[in-house]
Amino acid sequence: MFGFFKKPKKAGSGSAAKERLQILLAHEKGSGPSPDYLALLQRDILDAIRRHVHVEKDAVDIRVDRDDELSSLEINIELPSQTMAQATGQ
Amino acid sequence: MSKVIVVTSGKGGVGKTTSAAALSAGLAKRGFKTCVIDFDVGLRNLDMIMGCERRVVFDFINVIQGDAKLKQALIKDRRLDNLSILPTSQTRDKEALTQEGVEKVLNELREEFDYIVCDSPAGIERGAQMAMYFADEAVVVTNPEVSSVRDSDRMLGLLNSKTARAERGDGSAVPAHLLLTRYDPKRIEDGEMMTVEDVLEILAIPLLGVIPESPAVLRASNVGVPVVLGDSSRAATAYEEAVGRLIGEQTEVRIEAESRPGLFQRLFKRTA
Repeated sequence: MFGFFKKPKKAGSGSAAKERLQILLAHEKGSGPSPDYLALLQRDILDAIRRHVHVEKDAVDIRVDRDDELSSLEINIELPSQTMAQATGQ
Repeated sequence: MSKVIVVTSGKGGVGKTTSAAALSAGLAKRGFKTCVIDFDVGLRNLDMIMGCERRVVFDFINVIQGDAKLKQALIKDRRLDNLSILPTSQTRDKEALTQEGVEKVLNELREEFDYIVCDSPAGIERGAQMAMYFADEAVVVTNPEVSSVRDSDRMLGLLNSKTARAERGDGSAVPAHLLLTRYDPKRIEDGEMMTVEDVLEILAIPLLGVIPESPAVLRASNVGVPVVLGDSSRAATAYEEAVGRLIGEQTEVRIEAESRPGLFQRLFKRTA
């Protein structure tokens, strides 16, 4: 029964769980943007781009990676090569 | 040809998400292009079990409602590049899962993936119904315990009546496999738990595998790594063998407890 007073040998997995949950819940409950803002952001980005060049509706690819220190937002927009040629030709 | 497999149980907490994650990672490990979908709208957890919770941008519901394309919502696993996760929404409710929407997404996934694993929520409400509706096969996750076995029996009834296959009316049902989880050979030896044979006799479906109670399962969920991708354990081996049977291998089901039971394991159970 000494085991109850001992720390688990492999420290890590339990605290990893706690840390992951804290990061996740902080993001979910935080005063940050609403959970669906990315869909709206995507629409706004597309609208802005489409005012200048023609891109497909699904040409925007948004990726995020949340961390406790900082989160990154990666946005890739696929421009058709024709559009590029036209844009540079003008 | 692609296959849609639902992982279901009726009862909660028996290991559906753990099993869906382990089976899909196991299928991907064997080279199959695999996608695992979370049907538990409002209570998503598959993303945590798969360890991709920080990368969720769009979800299943966004795709159904046309706010995002399927490829934008799919998260590629960082360990296995032929494995993708389709997370569900944490904020919407289950009514967002329309039959037409689910069918459309599954059909699109069928074009790209060999296996599509649907992680069902507990219960028999809309989420669970939609997870099984279009299934080609079912994995019924059961613990050797009365309420779990009873609920599994109920799910088998639903698989035989409330699915696209059953509704075709040509007498075909969704083939179901039994995955017995949290199996504790020690307690079975002591006569405290039903045996594999007992459960098989009651449910009368083929056995896909027996997963022993194991600290490796909790450890895997703690760190967000599917059991078959974590440290080697009997549970991981049992899942690997279950994957083999799922793709048609004829192997004998071995039942082996983790080699370090006793105090360590009991400690884990106490906190589970």
